[in-house]
Amino acid sequence: MDSRIIKILVDSFGSLLLAGFKMTIPLTVISFSIGLVIALFTALVQTAKVPVLRKLARFYVWIIRGTPMIVQLFVVYFGLPNIGILLSAFASAVLVFSVSVGAYCSETVRAAIESVPVGQMEAGYCVGMNYWQIMYRIVIPQALRTAFPPLSNSLIGLVKDTSLAYSISIVEIMATAQRIATRTYDYFLLYIEAAFVYLIFCTVLQWLQRYLEGKLAQKR
Amino acid sequence: MLEIKNIHKSFGTLDVLKGVDLTVNKGDVIAILGPSGSGKTTLLRCINFLEKADSGTMIFDEDVFDLHNATRKEIASVRRRTGFVFQNYNLFANKTALENVTEGLIIARKMKKAEAEEIGRKCLDKVGLSDRYDYYPSQLSGGQQQRVAIARAIAANPEVIMFDEPTSALDPELIGEVLGVMRELAEEGMTMLVVTHEINFARNVSNYVIFMENGVIVEKNDSRSFFENPREERIKTFIQNINKER
Repeated sequence: MDSRIIKILVDSFGSLLLAGFKMTIPLTVISFSIGLVIALFTALVQTAKVPVLRKLARFYVWIIRGTPMIVQLFVVYFGLPNIGILLSAFASAVLVFSVSVGAYCSETVRAAIESVPVGQMEAGYCVGMNYWQIMYRIVIPQALRTAFPPLSNSLIGLVKDTSLAYSISIVEIMATAQRIATRTYDYFLLYIEAAFVYLIFCTVLQWLQRYLEGKLAQKR
Repeated sequence: MLEIKNIHKSFGTLDVLKGVDLTVNKGDVIAILGPSGSGKTTLLRCINFLEKADSGTMIFDEDVFDLHNATRKEIASVRRRTGFVFQNYNLFANKTALENVTEGLIIARKMKKAEAEEIGRKCLDKVGLSDRYDYYPSQLSGGQQQRVAIARAIAANPEVIMFDEPTSALDPELIGEVLGVMRELAEEGMTMLVVTHEINFARNVSNYVIFMENGVIVEKNDSRSFFENPREERIKTFIQNINKER
């Protein structure tokens, strides 16, 4: 390897990693947190059979799961200004990602809630608790334990999906790689490097998942 | 104390209860026997509204309840005064033994935590689990789990406890410890409704036996007469079959 390539690699690696910490990670953490709240709410109105809201929840999941995320990003960032709604690129990305996470994860959470045996609910009723008390204290904690691995999956998926934000001018790992590559013409090198940086972040998350799963297993 | 009149319940086209009447006096221990599918479990579940009966009335102390159209408040009031023990224990899987007992006291009855834990420990001691307070259900044997479930049922000081086949899911060697606890409760004067296949419990512990078949009560009698002088031919065969099995 000649020294020029090594220099580019070394110089760009820092930039890519920094872009990861400054944009990819915040974008992921914020969107996923909001998304989880949406998911839990969406799952609950369906399992609790709340009228109207339940139908709205189904509609929401249907729309989001049925359309590509990049289209959603374009609609929000480039489309909404036409009807007078201007959102920054970051806000647009957070909106689209959290709404998307909400839709996908709501199905995960809903399935996990339904997997908790009905006897848990009945036992709760028999000691005098009401529906929401049982949900909050007994069913949801058990459901989240079941949902933990698939939710981790969604989180790792989101880390990679944030690269789509590049298309609405957000400078994250992918955009940073692209910028350096157009300057040096080392596309192959930079894109491989970008892939490697994503791999690092996702690997850390997978370790974390395994560690936390072990912790959760002890508590049973 | 508890009177049920003309209760009906069907699941789709299947009539499970076809007009059952039942009177329970304070201190009664009533064993409910009968072949599977006879409606025994459904009867218990209708009493505390785990199933909604199609029709029927219940008089509990002075209160009258429509078993089909009870308000949420009425249902809560019945559940506060009854305990229920399930065939599959149904302990809260994410709570320790002690938490299983205190959960209803703290959350539903708004009792102070310290007070609830004191009661909880007492109840667990009573069922012989003073060394298992902090165990999760998955760390307990079936017999231990069922005893926690009994502790949970007695913690709120109910007027009557319903047992739905409490030993049917247990390994044979674990049945005795659960029946022992139930016998103790009976001797202390607890009012109990017990759906069971344990003939010895029905014969020796309960003071009344009800035999159900096809959604109706075929016979109700005191335990001694039930086994020694059954009125119905059907019950003679039932008892003979059970004696043959052992």
